[in-house]
Amino acid sequence: MTDIQSPLPGTFYHRPDPDQPPFKAKGDSVAEGDVIGLIEVMKTFIEVKAEAAGTFAGYEADDATPVTAGAVLAKLES
Amino acid sequence: MTLEIVKPGLATSVQDLGRPGYFHLGIPEGGAMDRYALRAANLLVGNPEDAACLEAVFMGPEIRIGADCILAVTGGEMPIKLDGEPQATWESFAAKAGQVLSFGFLTGGARIYIAVSGGVATEPDLGSRSTYPIGALGGVEGRPVQPGDVLPIGAPNGAKPGWSVPEELRRGPGSPAELRVLPGLYWDRLTEASQAAFFDDTWTVASEADRMGYRFKGGRAMEFVDREQPFGAGSDPSNIVDGCYSYGSIQVPGGTEPIVLHRDAVSGGGYFTLGAVISADMDLIGQLQPNMPVRFVKVDMSEALLARTERRQMLAQLRQSLAA
Repeated sequence: MTDIQSPLPGTFYHRPDPDQPPFKAKGDSVAEGDVIGLIEVMKTFIEVKAEAAGTFAGYEADDATPVTAGAVLAKLES
Repeated sequence: MTLEIVKPGLATSVQDLGRPGYFHLGIPEGGAMDRYALRAANLLVGNPEDAACLEAVFMGPEIRIGADCILAVTGGEMPIKLDGEPQATWESFAAKAGQVLSFGFLTGGARIYIAVSGGVATEPDLGSRSTYPIGALGGVEGRPVQPGDVLPIGAPNGAKPGWSVPEELRRGPGSPAELRVLPGLYWDRLTEASQAAFFDDTWTVASEADRMGYRFKGGRAMEFVDREQPFGAGSDPSNIVDGCYSYGSIQVPGGTEPIVLHRDAVSGGGYFTLGAVISADMDLIGQLQPNMPVRFVKVDMSEALLARTERRQMLAQLRQSLAA
């Protein structure tokens, strides 16, 4: 299992838009550089990207919740 | 000597102590959000206190060092790595040409100041190197740094590694952070109940928090004393006839979420300001992360001036400690 951590503090979102499905669902394949969520801070949305390839094992942080830098957002099975 | 930006971080920018004297023209003072941390970083590497540093917010940049130099990082707590080797914050350390400075996850505060012996020597605008992106002034072409930017650095100055700021002279926000407020000109626009609620409630830092202002949410909505809005004021009770805003002033658009104006704020507008965060506590705002709890604490003018004197004394102690 690999952790995907938040690069900075802010509000974490699973979806690109409230009307859209989450970026990834359990079992999806993830390539290095794939966007798995967004962090909102300072009026901007920063993409959180996977730094390794693998299979998406699920989100660890809830949608639309505050996170700190280094918080585990999601897990990958390699 | 140069510093090359490999990865810029979030909104890393060149900052010094700012460009006072143009606020009446709508150009903010700008400069470091945590002025004390910037001064400390400069003193650690032998620079004048007002030399330009890099201010990085929430995440660190990655920087390639162009020549042997002395570096120091102050402000928020973020693990420092030089070619992967950990270095201490609030302490000067030596770097060699070709080494790469990088950072781990932010663990405390919000902004770090990266000082290099000789200082960042980009071209000043209106007497300051501080980056003001809206006005395209200072820094690198008036914007935050980007990958591939090569920053000129001034001549080395005989700084040494191992200089350190004593623990008691490092300052960060507590939790909840306490920001002292002096009620101002429009304080009487609020009902007594709302005046009390503002200081009783615990607020949290909203995601709309940047160099222009910090927004707070979670407290009770404010109620205003009834009045007929004067000619020229907007129809919302939080509106006034346009007036001047000061650094630190607190406006509450619609009476819901207070915004404390900071270094890059506008100089005037049509919102009432209930008061101002005292100058002694403005640096603390620069170290607040989103979602952190904050309390506002009411002070009078003599308490505000005493706090300012205490800040000056702390700065004097810092100078003395690093001159020794």
